[in-house]
Amino acid sequence: MAEADAHGHDGETRRDFILLLGNAMAVVGAAAFAWPLINSLSPAADTLAASTTEVDLSPMKPGQAITVKWRGSPVFIRNRTPGEIARAVKDDGASMPDPQKDEARHQDGKAQWLVMVGVCTHLGCIPLGQSAGDNKGEFGGWFCPCHGSHYDISGRIRKGPAPKNLEVPDYRFATDTRIIVGEKPRKPAA
Amino acid sequence: MATAMPPAPQPRWMRWVDQRLPIFSLMKDLNEYPEPKNLNYWWNFGSLAGFTLVVMIVTGIVLAMHYTPHSDMAFDSVERIMRDVNHGWLLRYVHANGGAMFFVAVYIHIFRGLYYGSYKSPREIIWWLGVIIFLLMMATAFMGYVLPWGQMSYWAAKVITNLFSAIPLIGPDITTWLWGGFAVDNPTLNRFFSLHYLLPFVIVGVVFVHIWALRTVGSGNPLGIDVKSPKDQIPFHPYFTVKDLFGLGVFMLVWAAFVFFAPNFMGHPDNYIPADALVTPAHIVPEWYFLPFYAILRATPDILFINAKLAGVIAMFGSILLLFVLPYLDRSKVRSANYRPAYRVAFWIFAADCVLLGFCGAAAPEGTWLVVGRIATAYYFAHFLIIVPIISRLETPKPLPFSISEPVVKGAAARA
Repeated sequence: MAEADAHGHDGETRRDFILLLGNAMAVVGAAAFAWPLINSLSPAADTLAASTTEVDLSPMKPGQAITVKWRGSPVFIRNRTPGEIARAVKDDGASMPDPQKDEARHQDGKAQWLVMVGVCTHLGCIPLGQSAGDNKGEFGGWFCPCHGSHYDISGRIRKGPAPKNLEVPDYRFATDTRIIVGEKPRKPAA
Repeated sequence: MATAMPPAPQPRWMRWVDQRLPIFSLMKDLNEYPEPKNLNYWWNFGSLAGFTLVVMIVTGIVLAMHYTPHSDMAFDSVERIMRDVNHGWLLRYVHANGGAMFFVAVYIHIFRGLYYGSYKSPREIIWWLGVIIFLLMMATAFMGYVLPWGQMSYWAAKVITNLFSAIPLIGPDITTWLWGGFAVDNPTLNRFFSLHYLLPFVIVGVVFVHIWALRTVGSGNPLGIDVKSPKDQIPFHPYFTVKDLFGLGVFMLVWAAFVFFAPNFMGHPDNYIPADALVTPAHIVPEWYFLPFYAILRATPDILFINAKLAGVIAMFGSILLLFVLPYLDRSKVRSANYRPAYRVAFWIFAADCVLLGFCGAAAPEGTWLVVGRIATAYYFAHFLIIVPIISRLETPKPLPFSISEPVVKGAAARA
């Protein structure tokens, strides 16, 4: 638009400006409508609502493990024996990809109860180790057969491609033998 | 060309239509389109892939009329297709094996391009569009595999979507968004069905542009030299329609052999077990056409400060994205490997390396196979990033013939 127009103006005209403004508004409008489309793919209200699972721990003997379903994923719950706890604590200082002390993986005073999301942090397979006959890996905890990740009896990654320890979800002891997975623990009354 | 020829006699109604919508002129142009006369059978696989795409869309549309995209009903609806729907078994087996046949055609088409230098000037954009089609095909095939909602379907969805969790910081939020929940579930299946229906039509669009670009610069040929005169060319119809149809017959025989005699040969028995979110199958492997990439994903160790998971994902996507820059990695002006003795050897070693990666992807990621997988992965990248650039600088190519006709005419003279 460098040439003189019918009104004798050089360079930019009102029409150029209106054109630019119109195009800019169209882009902003399209972008604004993209958000509802993108956001509709996020978890819906009913999916978010079904987000806690209550578990009765009373029938579980030491050394026993159960798997419950929470938010579509398995949660491993293990009543650890004193020997297993000692083994987990002894390895606190060992070198590992995602260092964490065993005490950070259970709730205070409940060292026997290990509650973890049973999904390998590599690519989401379910590790073996919940049943008696399973391959428990080189560290006697869990072993993911998909790509060979070994977890110890505290659920910490020790060997293989997984980058993180098995995730410990939010859970709250409603009573001494009943937990609600998906709720944050309440602060103890002072 | 068509414009230089006198208008062919045609019925008046055709002329009437053609003056208003030049559809018959267009078809005539396509039929008489001049192709290099020395195209060999490796040039069949583009049209074979196009044919397969059409069959996939036709069978897919009909299958979608019988399929239910819900996590509670998908598996049963597929079994109903197999048992109760008239000819449902045939449509499903044609479609399922068609996915594999599509990859057969496209892999040969890609390796044809690698051997004969189809990615070189002036065909870079054709090549890039081809790589985009390949990526779209992989996404479509993956999502189609999820739809029967068997064990392999579910765990394929889980493992592949989890690749995105490797992205630093926002990875876990992205996977939640992809799933529409906190695990692969009904919302995931629903959107995969929607996209599996959509993407083939996107592929059709990109194929159209791919062919448009091809028709603009013309087909390459086994000698890798430019067309010098109309003597080097023959019209597409009838010469290459007939050659393509013969190839199509052979291709369909192989396809039919799978459909009728070994329909589940390329599948996994575990996919006839309904999806179970609490049990991972003992040995999950993708379909054969993804195995080399799966091997690269699993073989990559920690690299510097990047953990093995992220490094594996980067390597896997990088292995395909490298194809985009191949026109700039290979600086040799000679296109055909027939005239490039060193590149020709490197090509065959590379092809063998890809097959070896496939075996690594199928084996458990332990012991010897893990080591072999790492070496084969390293070689894959070395081929593109070191071997090809060095060869293209140092190699002395063999002398090229003057024209496409010349070796033929000379050969005839020598025989006479």
